[in-house]
Amino acid sequence: MRPLRSARPAHPVPIRIMHWIGVYAIGCMMFSGWEIYDASPSLPFLFPQWAGLGGWLGGALAWHLSAMWLLFADGLAYLAYGIATGHFRRDLAPLHPREVGRDLGAALRFALPHRIGHYNAVQRLLYAGIIIVITFAVATGLAIWKPIQFGWLTGLFGGYPIARGIHLAMMGLIAAFVVIHVTLVAFYPRTLVSMIANTSADPETTP
Amino acid sequence: MSPKPPIVRHDDLKPEFGRLRRRGLLRGGFSLGALTLLTGCDLSTHSGVDAALEAMLRFDDRIQEALFDKSRLAETYPASAITHPFRFNAYYPEWQVRIIDPATWRLGVSGLVRETRAWSVADLRALPQQRQITRHICIEGWSQIGQWSGVPLHVFLKRIGADLRAKYVSFTCFDGYSTSIDMPSALQSQTIMALDFESRPLTPEWGAPLRLRIPTKLGYKSAKNLQSIAVTNKYPGGYWENQGYDWFAGV
Repeated sequence: MRPLRSARPAHPVPIRIMHWIGVYAIGCMMFSGWEIYDASPSLPFLFPQWAGLGGWLGGALAWHLSAMWLLFADGLAYLAYGIATGHFRRDLAPLHPREVGRDLGAALRFALPHRIGHYNAVQRLLYAGIIIVITFAVATGLAIWKPIQFGWLTGLFGGYPIARGIHLAMMGLIAAFVVIHVTLVAFYPRTLVSMIANTSADPETTP
Repeated sequence: MSPKPPIVRHDDLKPEFGRLRRRGLLRGGFSLGALTLLTGCDLSTHSGVDAALEAMLRFDDRIQEALFDKSRLAETYPASAITHPFRFNAYYPEWQVRIIDPATWRLGVSGLVRETRAWSVADLRALPQQRQITRHICIEGWSQIGQWSGVPLHVFLKRIGADLRAKYVSFTCFDGYSTSIDMPSALQSQTIMALDFESRPLTPEWGAPLRLRIPTKLGYKSAKNLQSIAVTNKYPGGYWENQGYDWFAGV
Protein backbone atom coordinates (compact mmCIF):
# COMPACT_ATOMS: atom_id res chain seq x y z
CA MET A 1 0.00 0.00 0.00
CA ARG A 2 1.27 3.44 -0.87
CA PRO A 3 1.90 5.70 2.09
CA LEU A 4 -1.08 7.87 2.82
CA ARG A 5 -0.50 11.24 1.20
CA SER A 6 -2.24 14.30 2.40
CA ALA A 7 -4.84 15.51 -0.07
CA ARG A 8 -3.92 19.04 0.89
CA PRO A 9 -1.94 20.94 -1.75
CA ALA A 10 1.42 22.26 -0.60
CA HIS A 11 0.30 25.78 -1.53
CA PRO A 12 -3.31 26.56 -2.42
CA VAL A 13 -3.77 28.37 -5.74
CA PRO A 14 -4.55 31.79 -4.17
CA ILE A 15 -1.29 31.66 -2.17
CA ARG A 16 0.70 30.88 -5.31
CA ILE A 17 -0.92 33.70 -7.28
CA MET A 18 -0.45 36.22 -4.47
CA HIS A 19 3.15 35.06 -3.98
CA TRP A 20 4.15 35.77 -7.57
CA ILE A 21 2.26 39.07 -7.76
CA GLY A 22 4.08 39.97 -4.55
CA VAL A 23 7.44 39.04 -6.08
CA TYR A 24 6.78 41.38 -9.01
CA ALA A 25 5.50 44.20 -6.79
CA ILE A 26 8.41 43.93 -4.33
CA GLY A 27 10.82 43.80 -7.29
CA CYS A 28 9.38 47.02 -8.72
CA MET A 29 9.44 48.70 -5.31
CA MET A 30 12.98 47.61 -4.50
CA PHE A 31 14.64 48.45 -7.83
CA SER A 32 12.85 51.80 -8.19
CA GLY A 33 13.52 52.46 -4.49
CA TRP A 34 17.25 52.08 -5.10
CA GLU A 35 17.06 54.67 -7.86
CA ILE A 36 15.16 57.04 -5.54
CA TYR A 37 17.70 56.43 -2.76
CA ASP A 38 20.53 57.35 -5.12
CA ALA A 39 19.01 60.81 -5.69
CA SER A 40 19.92 61.69 -2.11
CA PRO A 41 21.81 58.86 -0.40
CA SER A 42 21.61 58.95 3.39
CA LEU A 43 24.40 56.38 3.78
CA PRO A 44 27.87 56.51 2.21
CA PHE A 45 27.07 54.24 -0.70
CA LEU A 46 25.10 54.26 -3.94
CA PHE A 47 23.24 51.46 -5.67
CA PRO A 48 24.74 50.77 -9.09
CA GLN A 49 23.02 52.43 -12.02
CA TRP A 50 22.21 49.08 -13.65
CA ALA A 51 20.26 47.97 -10.57
CA GLY A 52 17.82 50.86 -10.70
CA LEU A 53 14.39 51.03 -12.30
CA GLY A 54 13.01 54.15 -13.96
CA GLY A 55 16.15 55.67 -15.48
CA TRP A 56 15.97 58.88 -13.45
CA LEU A 57 14.30 60.11 -10.25
CA GLY A 58 11.00 61.01 -11.93
CA GLY A 59 10.77 57.65 -13.69
CA ALA A 60 11.72 55.75 -10.53
CA LEU A 61 9.08 57.60 -8.51
CA ALA A 62 6.46 56.88 -11.16
CA TRP A 63 7.28 53.17 -10.83
CA HIS A 64 7.38 53.36 -7.04
CA LEU A 65 4.07 55.22 -6.73
CA SER A 66 2.42 52.86 -9.25
CA ALA A 67 3.69 49.53 -7.94
CA MET A 68 2.79 50.55 -4.39
CA TRP A 69 -0.88 50.01 -5.23
CA LEU A 70 -0.15 46.52 -6.50
CA LEU A 71 1.81 45.71 -3.34
CA PHE A 72 -0.89 47.25 -1.18
CA ALA A 73 -3.71 45.29 -2.85
CA ASP A 74 -1.72 42.05 -2.93
CA GLY A 75 -0.67 42.48 0.71
CA LEU A 76 -4.21 43.24 1.89
CA ALA A 77 -5.62 40.26 -0.01
CA TYR A 78 -2.92 38.03 1.48
CA LEU A 79 -3.53 39.25 5.04
CA ALA A 80 -7.29 38.77 4.66
CA TYR A 81 -6.76 35.29 3.18
CA GLY A 82 -4.22 34.31 5.84
CA ILE A 83 -6.55 35.28 8.66
CA ALA A 84 -9.77 33.96 7.12
CA THR A 85 -8.45 30.52 6.13
CA GLY A 86 -6.37 29.94 9.25
CA HIS A 87 -3.17 29.90 7.13
CA PHE A 88 -1.40 32.19 9.60
CA ARG A 89 -2.55 30.25 12.69
CA ARG A 90 -1.84 26.83 11.20
CA ASP A 91 1.31 27.43 9.18
CA LEU A 92 3.02 30.59 10.38
CA ALA A 93 2.26 30.97 14.12
CA PRO A 94 5.58 30.70 15.95
CA LEU A 95 6.29 27.40 17.66
CA HIS A 96 7.58 26.93 21.17
CA PRO A 97 10.99 28.59 21.78
CA ARG A 98 12.47 25.14 22.41
CA GLU A 99 11.50 24.00 18.90
CA VAL A 100 12.79 27.26 17.44
CA GLY A 101 16.14 26.63 19.15
CA ARG A 102 16.26 23.03 17.96
CA ASP A 103 15.36 23.86 14.34
CA LEU A 104 17.66 26.88 14.22
CA GLY A 105 20.56 24.70 15.45
CA ALA A 106 19.72 22.07 12.85
CA ALA A 107 19.45 24.70 10.11
CA LEU A 108 22.88 26.12 10.94
CA ARG A 109 24.34 22.60 10.71
CA PHE A 110 22.49 22.19 7.37
CA ALA A 111 20.64 19.28 8.96
CA LEU A 112 17.11 20.65 9.09
CA PRO A 113 14.69 18.39 7.24
CA HIS A 114 12.52 20.25 4.76
CA ARG A 115 9.03 18.93 4.09
CA ILE A 116 6.86 20.36 1.34
CA GLY A 117 3.74 21.98 2.71
CA HIS A 118 4.90 22.03 6.33
CA TYR A 119 6.86 24.85 7.88
CA ASN A 120 9.52 24.19 10.48
CA ALA A 121 10.23 26.67 13.28
CA VAL A 122 12.88 28.55 11.26
CA GLN A 123 10.60 28.94 8.25
CA ARG A 124 7.76 30.13 10.47
CA LEU A 125 10.09 32.70 12.00
CA LEU A 126 11.28 33.95 8.59
CA TYR A 127 7.86 34.01 6.91
CA ALA A 128 6.07 35.66 9.84
CA GLY A 129 9.03 38.06 10.09
CA ILE A 130 8.92 39.09 6.43
CA ILE A 131 5.17 39.78 6.65
CA ILE A 132 5.81 42.12 9.59
CA VAL A 133 8.78 43.74 7.83
CA ILE A 134 6.78 44.39 4.62
CA THR A 135 3.93 45.80 6.72
CA PHE A 136 6.41 48.22 8.31
CA ALA A 137 7.87 49.06 4.90
CA VAL A 138 4.38 49.98 3.65
CA ALA A 139 3.52 51.93 6.82
CA THR A 140 6.78 53.94 6.77
CA GLY A 141 6.29 54.44 3.04
CA LEU A 142 2.88 56.01 3.68
CA ALA A 143 4.44 58.06 6.48
CA ILE A 144 7.05 59.63 4.18
CA TRP A 145 4.65 59.95 1.23
CA LYS A 146 2.16 61.98 3.31
CA PRO A 147 3.93 63.32 6.42
CA ILE A 148 1.26 66.00 6.88
CA GLN A 149 -1.95 64.25 5.75
CA PHE A 150 -0.87 61.11 7.67
CA GLY A 151 0.93 63.17 10.32
CA TRP A 152 -0.19 60.82 13.11
CA LEU A 153 1.53 57.91 11.35
CA THR A 154 4.70 59.90 10.66
CA GLY A 155 4.67 60.98 14.32
CA LEU A 156 4.41 57.35 15.39
CA PHE A 157 7.69 56.67 13.57
CA GLY A 158 9.42 59.68 15.12
CA GLY A 159 8.97 62.22 12.33
CA TYR A 160 9.84 62.41 8.63
CA PRO A 161 13.64 61.86 8.67
CA ILE A 162 13.45 58.89 11.06
CA ALA A 163 10.52 57.30 9.18
CA ARG A 164 12.61 57.61 6.00
CA GLY A 165 15.50 55.86 7.76
CA ILE A 166 13.22 53.03 8.94
CA HIS A 167 11.84 52.71 5.39
CA LEU A 168 15.39 52.17 4.10
CA ALA A 169 16.14 49.70 6.93
CA MET A 170 13.02 47.67 6.02
CA MET A 171 14.28 47.52 2.43
CA GLY A 172 17.55 46.12 3.80
CA LEU A 173 15.69 43.44 5.77
CA ILE A 174 13.57 42.52 2.74
CA ALA A 175 16.73 42.24 0.62
CA ALA A 176 18.34 40.02 3.29
CA PHE A 177 15.22 37.83 3.37
CA VAL A 178 15.25 37.50 -0.42
CA VAL A 179 18.90 36.35 -0.34
CA ILE A 180 18.21 33.72 2.34
CA HIS A 181 14.92 32.62 0.76
CA VAL A 182 16.30 32.26 -2.76
CA THR A 183 19.41 30.45 -1.47
CA LEU A 184 17.26 27.93 0.41
CA VAL A 185 15.02 27.45 -2.61
CA ALA A 186 18.17 26.69 -4.61
CA PHE A 187 19.01 23.99 -2.02
CA TYR A 188 15.48 22.53 -2.19
CA PRO A 189 14.34 23.04 -5.81
CA ARG A 190 11.19 21.01 -5.09
CA THR A 191 9.89 24.02 -3.15
CA LEU A 192 10.08 26.17 -6.28
CA VAL A 193 8.00 23.61 -8.19
CA SER A 194 5.46 23.53 -5.37
CA MET A 195 5.02 27.31 -5.55
CA ILE A 196 4.21 27.03 -9.29
CA ALA A 197 2.50 23.70 -10.07
CA ASN A 198 -0.02 21.66 -8.13
CA THR A 199 1.98 19.65 -5.60
CA SER A 200 0.64 17.61 -2.69
CA ALA A 201 1.95 18.34 0.74
CA ASP A 202 4.30 15.74 2.21
CA PRO A 203 2.75 13.35 4.76
CA GLU A 204 1.96 14.87 8.14
CA THR A 205 4.36 12.75 10.16
CA THR A 206 8.09 12.63 9.77
CA PRO A 207 9.27 9.24 8.49
CA MET B 1 22.80 91.17 -0.10
CA SER B 2 24.90 90.31 -3.14
CA PRO B 3 25.05 86.61 -4.02
CA LYS B 4 28.11 84.44 -3.52
CA PRO B 5 30.93 84.98 -6.07
CA PRO B 6 30.04 83.15 -9.28
CA ILE B 7 32.76 80.53 -9.26
CA VAL B 8 32.05 77.30 -11.12
CA ARG B 9 32.88 74.33 -8.96
CA HIS B 10 32.81 70.76 -10.16
CA ASP B 11 30.21 70.00 -7.49
CA ASP B 12 27.89 72.55 -9.06
CA LEU B 13 27.93 70.75 -12.37
CA LYS B 14 27.88 67.22 -10.99
CA PRO B 15 24.09 66.90 -10.93
CA GLU B 16 23.95 68.00 -14.58
CA PHE B 17 26.61 65.49 -15.59
CA GLY B 18 24.71 62.86 -13.64
CA ARG B 19 21.53 63.60 -15.56
CA LEU B 20 23.28 63.50 -18.91
CA ARG B 21 24.95 60.20 -18.06
CA ARG B 22 21.67 58.68 -16.86
CA ARG B 23 19.88 59.58 -20.06
CA GLY B 24 22.71 58.26 -22.19
CA LEU B 25 23.17 54.94 -20.45
CA LEU B 26 19.55 54.14 -20.18
CA ARG B 27 19.02 52.77 -23.65
CA GLY B 28 19.98 49.23 -24.35
CA GLY B 29 22.12 48.77 -21.27
CA PHE B 30 21.81 45.74 -19.06
CA SER B 31 19.69 46.42 -16.02
CA LEU B 32 18.05 44.41 -13.29
CA GLY B 33 14.88 46.13 -14.33
CA ALA B 34 15.26 44.54 -17.75
CA LEU B 35 15.23 41.07 -16.24
CA THR B 36 11.85 41.20 -14.60
CA LEU B 37 10.37 44.44 -15.77
CA LEU B 38 10.55 46.82 -18.65
CA THR B 39 13.47 49.11 -18.89
CA GLY B 40 13.65 52.33 -20.83
CA CYS B 41 10.30 53.29 -19.32
CA ASP B 42 11.31 56.59 -17.80
CA LEU B 43 8.45 58.83 -18.94
CA SER B 44 10.62 60.29 -21.71
CA THR B 45 9.38 58.02 -24.47
CA HIS B 46 5.84 57.42 -25.58
CA SER B 47 5.79 53.69 -25.03
CA GLY B 48 2.75 51.92 -23.66
CA VAL B 49 4.42 51.46 -20.30
CA ASP B 50 5.22 55.17 -20.05
CA ALA B 51 1.57 55.90 -20.82
CA ALA B 52 0.53 53.45 -18.09
CA LEU B 53 2.91 55.09 -15.62
CA GLU B 54 1.55 58.53 -16.50
CA ALA B 55 -2.02 57.24 -16.03
CA MET B 56 -1.00 55.91 -12.62
CA LEU B 57 0.49 59.32 -11.70
CA ARG B 58 -2.82 60.97 -12.61
CA PHE B 59 -4.62 58.38 -10.48
CA ASP B 60 -2.21 59.18 -7.62
CA ASP B 61 -3.00 62.88 -8.09
CA ARG B 62 -6.71 62.20 -7.60
CA ILE B 63 -5.99 60.17 -4.45
CA GLN B 64 -3.75 62.96 -3.17
CA GLU B 65 -6.45 65.56 -3.80
CA ALA B 66 -8.92 63.42 -1.88
CA LEU B 67 -6.47 62.96 1.01
CA PHE B 68 -5.70 66.67 1.24
CA ASP B 69 -7.43 68.42 4.12
CA LYS B 70 -6.98 72.20 4.39
CA SER B 71 -7.33 72.04 8.16
CA ARG B 72 -4.33 69.72 8.58
CA LEU B 73 -1.36 71.96 9.23
CA ALA B 74 2.31 71.35 8.61
CA GLU B 75 4.23 70.92 11.85
CA THR B 76 5.96 74.11 12.99
CA TYR B 77 9.27 74.14 14.81
CA PRO B 78 11.20 76.31 17.29
CA ALA B 79 13.95 78.59 15.93
CA SER B 80 16.54 76.20 17.37
CA ALA B 81 15.42 73.53 14.86
CA ILE B 82 16.30 75.65 11.79
CA THR B 83 18.78 73.86 9.53
CA HIS B 84 22.20 75.51 9.14
CA PRO B 85 23.66 75.76 6.60
CA PHE B 86 20.53 75.79 4.48
CA ARG B 87 20.87 73.78 1.28
CA PHE B 88 20.58 75.58 -2.05
CA ASN B 89 18.39 73.83 -4.58
CA ALA B 90 17.20 74.72 -8.07
CA TYR B 91 17.13 73.21 -11.54
CA TYR B 92 20.45 74.96 -12.13
CA PRO B 93 23.60 75.31 -9.99
CA GLU B 94 24.03 78.20 -7.59
CA TRP B 95 26.35 80.20 -9.85
CA GLN B 96 23.51 80.59 -12.36
CA VAL B 97 21.19 82.32 -9.88
CA ARG B 98 19.37 85.21 -11.61
CA ILE B 99 19.63 88.62 -10.02
CA ILE B 100 16.98 91.27 -10.43
CA ASP B 101 16.63 94.78 -9.00
CA PRO B 102 13.87 94.53 -6.37
CA ALA B 103 13.13 98.25 -6.80
CA THR B 104 12.01 97.84 -10.42
CA TRP B 105 10.60 94.30 -10.14
CA ARG B 106 6.82 93.90 -10.37
CA LEU B 107 4.64 90.82 -9.85
CA GLY B 108 2.26 90.30 -12.75
CA VAL B 109 -1.28 89.05 -12.14
CA SER B 110 -3.53 87.48 -14.77
CA GLY B 111 -6.34 85.03 -15.40
CA LEU B 112 -9.58 84.71 -13.46
CA VAL B 113 -9.04 87.78 -11.27
CA ARG B 114 -10.77 91.11 -10.85
CA GLU B 115 -7.61 93.26 -10.52
CA THR B 116 -4.67 92.68 -12.82
CA ARG B 117 -2.44 95.56 -11.73
CA ALA B 118 1.20 94.63 -11.05
CA TRP B 119 2.54 94.54 -7.48
CA SER B 120 5.79 96.01 -6.18
CA VAL B 121 7.72 94.70 -3.16
CA ALA B 122 6.47 97.68 -1.15
CA ASP B 123 2.83 96.90 -2.13
CA LEU B 124 3.27 93.32 -0.94
CA ARG B 125 4.93 94.38 2.32
CA ALA B 126 1.89 96.54 3.06
CA LEU B 127 -0.31 93.41 3.16
CA PRO B 128 -0.65 91.22 6.31
CA GLN B 129 2.43 89.06 6.86
CA GLN B 130 2.82 85.58 8.30
CA ARG B 131 5.97 83.97 9.68
CA GLN B 132 6.55 80.24 9.72
CA ILE B 133 9.24 77.73 10.64
CA THR B 134 8.41 74.59 8.66
CA ARG B 135 10.03 71.57 7.04
CA HIS B 136 10.90 71.76 3.35
CA ILE B 137 10.80 68.23 1.88
CA CYS B 138 12.55 67.64 -1.42
CA ILE B 139 11.31 65.00 -3.86
CA GLU B 140 14.82 63.54 -3.61
CA GLY B 141 14.07 62.58 -0.01
CA TRP B 142 16.17 65.07 1.97
CA SER B 143 14.51 67.71 4.08
CA GLN B 144 15.45 70.84 6.01
CA ILE B 145 13.75 73.25 8.37
CA GLY B 146 13.68 76.94 7.48
CA GLN B 147 12.00 80.17 8.43
CA TRP B 148 10.07 82.25 5.95
CA SER B 149 7.65 85.13 6.20
CA GLY B 150 5.42 86.87 3.72
CA VAL B 151 1.89 87.36 2.48
CA PRO B 152 -0.49 84.41 2.95
CA LEU B 153 -1.55 83.42 -0.57
CA HIS B 154 -5.23 83.25 0.43
CA VAL B 155 -5.01 86.91 1.55
CA PHE B 156 -3.44 87.89 -1.76
CA LEU B 157 -5.89 85.88 -3.87
CA LYS B 158 -8.84 87.51 -2.11
CA ARG B 159 -7.22 90.95 -2.48
CA ILE B 160 -6.92 90.58 -6.26
CA GLY B 161 -10.48 89.27 -6.48
CA ALA B 162 -9.47 85.83 -7.72
CA ASP B 163 -12.16 83.32 -8.60
CA LEU B 164 -11.63 80.97 -5.66
CA ARG B 165 -13.61 78.22 -7.44
CA ALA B 166 -10.98 78.10 -10.20
CA LYS B 167 -8.94 74.90 -10.35
CA TYR B 168 -5.36 76.13 -10.56
CA VAL B 169 -2.99 78.84 -9.47
CA SER B 170 0.09 78.93 -11.67
CA PHE B 171 3.44 80.60 -11.06
CA THR B 172 5.94 81.81 -13.63
CA CYS B 173 9.46 82.74 -12.60
CA PHE B 174 12.07 84.99 -14.21
CA ASP B 175 14.68 82.22 -13.92
CA GLY B 176 12.78 80.09 -16.45
CA TYR B 177 11.06 78.00 -13.81
CA SER B 178 7.31 77.46 -13.50
CA THR B 179 4.89 75.43 -11.43
CA SER B 180 1.21 75.25 -10.51
CA ILE B 181 -0.92 74.18 -7.57
CA ASP B 182 -4.56 73.30 -6.89
CA MET B 183 -6.83 75.96 -5.40
CA PRO B 184 -7.51 74.15 -2.07
CA SER B 185 -3.74 73.95 -1.41
CA ALA B 186 -3.35 77.59 -2.49
CA LEU B 187 -5.91 78.59 0.12
CA GLN B 188 -4.35 76.52 2.93
CA SER B 189 -3.37 78.94 5.70
CA GLN B 190 0.37 78.13 5.62
CA THR B 191 0.79 78.75 1.90
CA ILE B 192 2.62 82.08 1.69
CA MET B 193 4.30 84.32 -0.85
CA ALA B 194 7.55 84.76 1.06
CA LEU B 195 9.47 88.04 1.09
CA ASP B 196 11.83 87.15 3.94
CA PHE B 197 14.07 84.21 4.73
CA GLU B 198 15.35 83.96 8.30
CA SER B 199 13.91 87.40 9.09
CA ARG B 200 15.84 89.18 6.30
CA PRO B 201 14.64 90.09 2.81
CA LEU B 202 15.21 87.18 0.43
CA THR B 203 18.57 87.16 -1.32
CA PRO B 204 18.74 85.96 -4.96
CA GLU B 205 19.73 82.36 -4.14
CA TRP B 206 16.68 82.01 -1.89
CA GLY B 207 14.33 83.42 -4.51
CA ALA B 208 14.49 87.24 -4.26
CA PRO B 209 12.43 89.25 -4.34
CA LEU B 210 9.41 86.94 -3.94
CA ARG B 211 8.95 83.19 -3.74
CA LEU B 212 6.18 80.76 -3.00
CA ARG B 213 6.53 78.81 0.22
CA ILE B 214 4.08 75.92 0.47
CA PRO B 215 4.92 73.46 3.27
CA THR B 216 2.08 71.06 2.33
CA LYS B 217 3.82 70.20 -0.95
CA LEU B 218 7.19 68.89 -2.07
CA GLY B 219 9.95 71.46 -2.50
CA TYR B 220 9.61 71.86 -6.28
CA LYS B 221 6.23 73.57 -5.73
CA SER B 222 7.88 76.33 -3.64
CA ALA B 223 8.91 78.31 -6.71
CA LYS B 224 11.57 81.01 -6.29
CA ASN B 225 12.07 84.28 -8.19
CA LEU B 226 8.39 84.79 -8.98
CA GLN B 227 7.48 86.89 -12.00
CA SER B 228 3.75 86.39 -12.31
CA ILE B 229 0.72 84.59 -10.95
CA ALA B 230 -2.27 83.35 -12.92
CA VAL B 231 -5.58 81.90 -11.78
CA THR B 232 -6.95 79.47 -14.33
CA ASN B 233 -9.08 76.41 -15.08
CA LYS B 234 -6.69 75.24 -17.79
CA TYR B 235 -4.04 72.79 -16.54
CA PRO B 236 -0.82 74.83 -16.44
CA GLY B 237 1.77 72.09 -15.75
CA GLY B 238 5.22 73.19 -14.69
CA TYR B 239 8.96 72.79 -15.27
CA TRP B 240 9.33 69.43 -13.49
CA GLU B 241 5.72 68.35 -13.84
CA ASN B 242 6.07 68.42 -17.63
CA GLN B 243 9.04 66.03 -17.34
CA GLY B 244 7.28 63.46 -15.19
CA TYR B 245 7.22 64.57 -11.57
CA ASP B 246 3.72 64.11 -10.18
CA TRP B 247 1.63 67.24 -10.42
CA PHE B 248 -0.10 67.29 -7.02
CA ALA B 249 3.08 66.64 -5.01
CA GLY B 250 1.29 66.84 -1.68
CA VAL B 251 2.97 65.73 1.53
